[in-house]
Amino acid sequence: MATQNTKTLARLMMAPSVIALLVWMVIPLSMTLYYSFQNYNLLTPQNVSFGGFFNYQYFYTDPAFFTAIWNTLILVVGVLAITVIGGIAIGLLLDQPIFGQGIVRILVISPFFVMPPVAALIWKNMIMHPSYGVLADIAKFFGLQPVDWFAQYPLFSVIVIVAWQWLPFATLILLTALQSLDGEQKEAAEMDGANFVNRFIYLTLPHLSRAITVVILIQTIFLLGIYAEILVTTNGGPGYASTNLTFLIYRTARLGYDVGGGAAGGIIAVVLANIVAIFLMRAVGKNLDK
Amino acid sequence: MGSITLKNVQKHFGEAKVIPSVDLEITDGEFVVFVGPSGSGKSTLLRLIAGLEDVTGGTITIDGKDVTEAAPAARGLAMVFQSYALYPHMSVRKNIAFPLKMAKMEQSKIDKKVEDAARILNLSDYLERRPGQLSGGQRQRVAIGRAIVREPSAFLFDEPLSNLDAALRGTMRLEISDLHNQLKTTMIYVTHDQIEAMTMADKIVVLNRGNIEQVGSPMELYNTPRNLFVAGFIGSPRMNLIEGEYAQSKGAKTAGIRPEHMTLSKESGLWKGTVSVAEHLGADTFLHLDVDGIGKMTARASGEFGAHHGDTVYLTPDETRLHRFDDKGLRIAG
Repeated sequence: MATQNTKTLARLMMAPSVIALLVWMVIPLSMTLYYSFQNYNLLTPQNVSFGGFFNYQYFYTDPAFFTAIWNTLILVVGVLAITVIGGIAIGLLLDQPIFGQGIVRILVISPFFVMPPVAALIWKNMIMHPSYGVLADIAKFFGLQPVDWFAQYPLFSVIVIVAWQWLPFATLILLTALQSLDGEQKEAAEMDGANFVNRFIYLTLPHLSRAITVVILIQTIFLLGIYAEILVTTNGGPGYASTNLTFLIYRTARLGYDVGGGAAGGIIAVVLANIVAIFLMRAVGKNLDK
Repeated sequence: MGSITLKNVQKHFGEAKVIPSVDLEITDGEFVVFVGPSGSGKSTLLRLIAGLEDVTGGTITIDGKDVTEAAPAARGLAMVFQSYALYPHMSVRKNIAFPLKMAKMEQSKIDKKVEDAARILNLSDYLERRPGQLSGGQRQRVAIGRAIVREPSAFLFDEPLSNLDAALRGTMRLEISDLHNQLKTTMIYVTHDQIEAMTMADKIVVLNRGNIEQVGSPMELYNTPRNLFVAGFIGSPRMNLIEGEYAQSKGAKTAGIRPEHMTLSKESGLWKGTVSVAEHLGADTFLHLDVDGIGKMTARASGEFGAHHGDTVYLTPDETRLHRFDDKGLRIAG
C-alpha cells in the first residue's frame, strides 16, 4: 500500500462501499431532519406545513422528556455496571481450568443468541411474573409475598433483563483479554509477594482496561437504543417509570401519530448520543491509543 | 544466606515423570547453572525451587528451613523470567518498587532502595519510562533490579538471555557475573547454552531427561565428563566420539577426543580426512572433515589454517587428552 498506484487503486475499490454507507446514513438522517421541521400528523395527513421549531419545543416540553433522559442514563449505567463487574467475575471463573470448560463457555454465551423480544417475554412470563414466575415460587417457598417486578420496580426489571442479554458479550471480551495475560507476569507478581487481591488490582485490572473500554463503548451504543425489552414488558410504564428516550420517540410517533414530533425527538436523541459519545471517547478512549 | 538442599525431589505431570528423583546441594554464595537440552527438566527444577510448581515428592530446604509447602513469596527467593515479566503499565520505578510495596515497606525506604538498585544497574535515567519504551537489555536489567531490591537469599534466573541478540548476550553475561561478584548471593541460572554455563558458573549441573548427569566445576566437566552425554554436551564444537577399531585398541567402546586436542597437518598423521567445510574465524579455524574409516569429525586449529573444501588434511589426536567410555556410556578412569 505504499506506491501512488496502489493507493489510487485502493481508493477506487473502496469507493462503492463508502458511497453506499454515506447514502445509507445521509438519506434517513436528512429525511428525519426534514420531517422534524414539518407539522405532519398521520391523523390529518392532508395538513402538512412548515412548523419551524415547534416540534422541538413540543417534544422538549413533554412532561416525560426529562424523565426519559434520566431513565436512559440509569438504564445505560446500570447495565454497564452489572455487565462489566459480572463479566470480569465470570471471566475470572471461566479462566480457571475446569471440567467441561467448552460446554460451560457455550452455556454462558448462549443468552446472546436469544432475540431481545423473546428474552423479554421469557423473563416477563416465566421468571418475574408475580403469580407463576420462578421468582414468585421462590418467594412463596420462603413464605414471602411475591414481588410484582414490573409494577413495583419497572426500570430495575428492564435493567436486569438487558444486563442478562449483554453479560455474555462482556464476559466473552473480558475472558479473551484475561487469557492474553502473560503467565510469567502472574508468576512474577506471585513471587513478589502479591496476594490474589493485589494481583487483581495491580496486574489484572490494568491489563483489562482496554477490553473494559471496548465493552463500555460498544455496549453504550446499543444500550442507548434499548426498545424491544421495554415494549414487551412494561410498555414504558407504569406512568413514565420505564420510558427511555427511544421509547418516548416511539410513543410520540406511533401512538400519537405525530411524525414531526417523533422526528424532532429522533434528532434530539442523535444529538444527545453524540454528546455521550464525545464524553465517552474523552473519558475512556485514551485507553485505546496505547 | 542462601544454601538450598533438594532431597529426593520428584515431579510428575500425570503419567510423565518429568523429574524422577533429584538430590542436590547448593552452598551459600554459589553461582550454579542448570544446563541441559530442551525438555531436560531444568526449568521445571527451577520452578520447583521457586515454588511455582508443587513437588510430587521429596523435600526442599532453604537455609535449613523446610519450604516444600511454602508459598513462593515466603521462600525469600527472587526470580528473573525469560520474558522478563515486567508489569507493562507501570513505570520502571514502580516495577522495581512493586515487591517492596507488597511487603508494605515505608515509601521513603522504598525510594532509597529503588534509587540504589537503579544506580547499580545503570537505570537511573530510565526510572520514569514504561517497559515498552526500553530495549531488550534495559528490560532485562529492570527485571534484575526488581529481583535485587528484595535482597533475596538466592536469585533464580530462567534462561534470561535467550531473547537477546548475540552481542548483547555477551555483555549481559558479564554484567550478571559482575553482579554476582558484588552481591555474593547464591544464584541459580537455567540455560540451554553451554557457553553461558561454562563462562558464568561456579558449579554446573548437567540435566538430561530430569536426571542429573553430572555436577561439577566447568573445568571438571570439560576435563573429566562422567559419561557420553556430558562429553557431548559440554564443549564447543562438540567432542568427536569414535567407535570401532580405534576405540577398541584403547580398551573402550567409545573414544572421545575434543576438536582442540588434535594436531592438524597437511603432510602426515594418524587419520586422513577430506575437508567438507572450513570455518575461518581468524583466531580459530574449524574444519569439518570426512575421515576415512571413522566418518565425520570436527577439528580446531589455533589461528589461521589454510585448508579449504576438498583439501586433504591429516589428524593426530593428543592421546593424553583422550576420553574413554565403556559400553554403558560411562567414563573409564585413567
